[in-house]
Amino acid sequence: MATKLIGERIKRKEDPRLITGTASYVDDIKLPNVHHVAFLRSIYGHAKINKIDVSEARKLPGVVAVLTHDDIKGVLKPMPCVGGVPDMHTPEHYPLSGGKVRFVGEAIAAVVANDRYVARDALDLINVDYEPLPVVVDMEKALEKGAPLLYEEYGENRGFTWKISGGDIDKAFQEADRVVKLRLVNQRVAPIPLETRAVLAQYQDRGVEGELTVWTSTQIPHGIRTSIAGMLNLPEHRVRVIAPEVGGGFGCKVDFYGEEVLIPYLAMKLKVPVKWVEGRRENIQATDHGRDQINYIEAAVKNDGTVVGLRVKVLADMGAYYQLLSPVIPTLTGLMMCGPYKISNVSMEVLGVFTNKMATDAYRGAGRPEATYLLERTMDAIAAELNLDPVEVRMKNFIQPNEFPYKTATGLVYDSGNYQAALQKALDHVGYTKLREEQKKLREQGQYVGIGISSYVEICAFGPSAATATGGWESATVRIEPTGKVTVLTGSSPHGQGQETTFAQIVADGLGLTMEDITVQHGDTAVVQYGIGTFGSRATAVGGTAVYLALQKVKEKATKFAAHMLKVDSKGLVFRDGKIFPENNPEKSVTLTEVALAAYLAKDLPPDTEPGLVATAFYEPKNFTFPFGTHIAVVDIDPETGQIKFRRYVAVDDCGNIINMLTVHGQVHGGIAQGLGQALYEEVVYDENGQLLTGSFMDYCIPKAHHLPKFELDYTVTPTNVNPLGVKGVGEAGTIGSTPAVVNAVIDALAHLGVRNIDMPLKPEKIWKTIKEHAPKKGPIIVA
Amino acid sequence: MKQVIQVTINGKPRQDEVEPRLLLVHYLRDVVGLTGTHIGCETSICGACTVLLNGAAVKSCTILAVQANKGEIVTIEGLATNGKLHPVQEGFWERHGLQCGFCTPGMIMAGVQILQRNPNPTEEQIREGLEGNLCRCTGYQHIVEAIQYAAQKMRT
Repeated sequence: MATKLIGERIKRKEDPRLITGTASYVDDIKLPNVHHVAFLRSIYGHAKINKIDVSEARKLPGVVAVLTHDDIKGVLKPMPCVGGVPDMHTPEHYPLSGGKVRFVGEAIAAVVANDRYVARDALDLINVDYEPLPVVVDMEKALEKGAPLLYEEYGENRGFTWKISGGDIDKAFQEADRVVKLRLVNQRVAPIPLETRAVLAQYQDRGVEGELTVWTSTQIPHGIRTSIAGMLNLPEHRVRVIAPEVGGGFGCKVDFYGEEVLIPYLAMKLKVPVKWVEGRRENIQATDHGRDQINYIEAAVKNDGTVVGLRVKVLADMGAYYQLLSPVIPTLTGLMMCGPYKISNVSMEVLGVFTNKMATDAYRGAGRPEATYLLERTMDAIAAELNLDPVEVRMKNFIQPNEFPYKTATGLVYDSGNYQAALQKALDHVGYTKLREEQKKLREQGQYVGIGISSYVEICAFGPSAATATGGWESATVRIEPTGKVTVLTGSSPHGQGQETTFAQIVADGLGLTMEDITVQHGDTAVVQYGIGTFGSRATAVGGTAVYLALQKVKEKATKFAAHMLKVDSKGLVFRDGKIFPENNPEKSVTLTEVALAAYLAKDLPPDTEPGLVATAFYEPKNFTFPFGTHIAVVDIDPETGQIKFRRYVAVDDCGNIINMLTVHGQVHGGIAQGLGQALYEEVVYDENGQLLTGSFMDYCIPKAHHLPKFELDYTVTPTNVNPLGVKGVGEAGTIGSTPAVVNAVIDALAHLGVRNIDMPLKPEKIWKTIKEHAPKKGPIIVA
Repeated sequence: MKQVIQVTINGKPRQDEVEPRLLLVHYLRDVVGLTGTHIGCETSICGACTVLLNGAAVKSCTILAVQANKGEIVTIEGLATNGKLHPVQEGFWERHGLQCGFCTPGMIMAGVQILQRNPNPTEEQIREGLEGNLCRCTGYQHIVEAIQYAAQKMRT
């Protein structure tokens, strides 16, 4: 290859349409006679619905239908949950609820009108007779005897208990010199893609063999298609789902929502195109939330800092119902509870708990940020208790580089790693030893400086199908067109990550073409062969590998044609600068365009070769991948105001081989911003009546440009042998690494006051209070 | 009662009858058909709907179309001239200032305004200048670099 594209900073192919306003998100698609849907949503956290009167709303000019639960009962099936665990209570829920509502924002009626303003007007004309019921929003209270029950029939608010263990945990605690305990709250946050959810559906009814087309803002178009077909009893081949431009997902669009079946149902029933675009208020009420765990941690440690055992009880807030994957999310916390450490004896018990809140489900990292948070906070607590340096505790417990593949006590096999190298590189960047000395000096002068370290390993590239709820493979087609240009179809469904560019890099390098010669298509079930989608940092490691494998197949065929045309042996032919030639005789060449044309004209086929130049591959990964790294935050705290200021933010990540340095930087930046957002700013708050207090951007704070420091990024490269590209995935790394780094830095800044924990978000008010409360007395302070 | 408004959008004059309650952003998107301007929050915080109205960056989700009467509006679609990208657009492409692209039109319009007011802003001034725009993908660092790129380009 003349120029190698893999590994370079390549400008994105996606961008021209996005920077000129010509891209099409769902709401940008205009169909004639489209009707608009508005939802009436519960204003109570828990209530019986005695009656819904929609008669006035139906009379409003422009309104064509108003539906409630009674209209879909027996017609639509309950919404599925595929991420279940054994022996769980599984409540039924529907696109429109009837009888009882269990959280603020639960949809109870849908208005369809010929104008979006009229649809909203009609909501005001619906009368609902609610009978409020006692509410429970706090998980610990929900588990108490006598707590209000979301489901009387279960007799408890516990949805399930899930356990994992390895080694001999009791023995570990007997042999420990001491036990370090922590209770951590990993608060509920909202994913907040800038584009809210949106669904548009059109049914072309021809009397027979009607066709349904659904545009939805999703990360999993094929799964949505199968689900819609099942829910509406339609043959799957007559359902087409398109994820057009998708304005961010972060996990909350790896779901199958009630609106995604109700809007198509309405389009079929009313025989007009129907559109629904979620408002931001609805989005914070009724789109998946993330995290929301309480961790009770006990670490069995030796006096030298060695962790011999880790026992954790987790309360995981499910909200009022399970969405598609809700129960399985906290099990990932359990699987990853060893982190980068050699902890041989572990046990975790997860209790899924129902409360009067929106469901939790996947949010960037999905269970793994919680694992890293609890581990990295525990490592610092151990260091503080034993008066050791946090670096020393980590180095002492890390898995050694020569121990890979490494089997953890939870049964995972880590592919490759060098955790020491990433930590050391990050320490070198901040000048750790000097920084500690400076911190000591500044402390004596009354200045509060904190250094927070977070070393993580994450589980990515979901994943082997046996261990993934919906199948963990991915598909790709590489099609060389008759003119030698190339179309790639991928089952991954990117929504900002830039795979149109990175996959084009892989193919352009392989065929000796330029970026302009390649187009990558995705997200349309009528265009792309069945695929799984984009989540769990899997697009490049799994989807990219499928592209790579399809590429090898099509190259093999193109090589046959070239050898036939050049009358040479096919061995030793190379693809470079648009040509194919024997490596030792570049003068004797044929262009890829000539080869492609010959393959399609098919006048002179090589023996036993079919016409055409297309290959498809389905790649089933043999393992997950395990990216890792260390993030270090250095902060100053103003004791007078509790304000936090960043001195440095250094991230050293290892995602294996890097395809595009520019987009990897972008993924890490964005990930850090979200993880830092959780550490300092973000929290979904319900009051004791189940009212959502953070229902708009006035109250739910996602970081703005001036809230964030300049991130300093570096990498180590430890390729994986799980896939031929050696790539591990990087979509969630920043979110996972950053949150504990920031919290550890703040706690470290206040450590000399005896502060051992403050629960997130670390708002200035909370920090200020901690400082003030502590000033006159000594001893550890815990502020929840 | 519908009202007649006359506006110039991206250099082209037009006249429409609109409901008094119609938001400017819905007018642009649904009546004029310029869907590059997005809606991200409806409370004028996220800035995805930012357009230039008489030279000032405004949130078109909290302005009524009738308030824009007699006004001159520039949207993302009107920023490139003769097929040539505006330096801020170019900066976003060069510096990877976008991922999902949903906030991008508003971000670019805000970037244009920042540089109109201060052709040589510091990093801190750019971050402050983006106070009215939210991005959930990029962590803003590449957006800041994109605007710095444009500033450099527009100065030379």
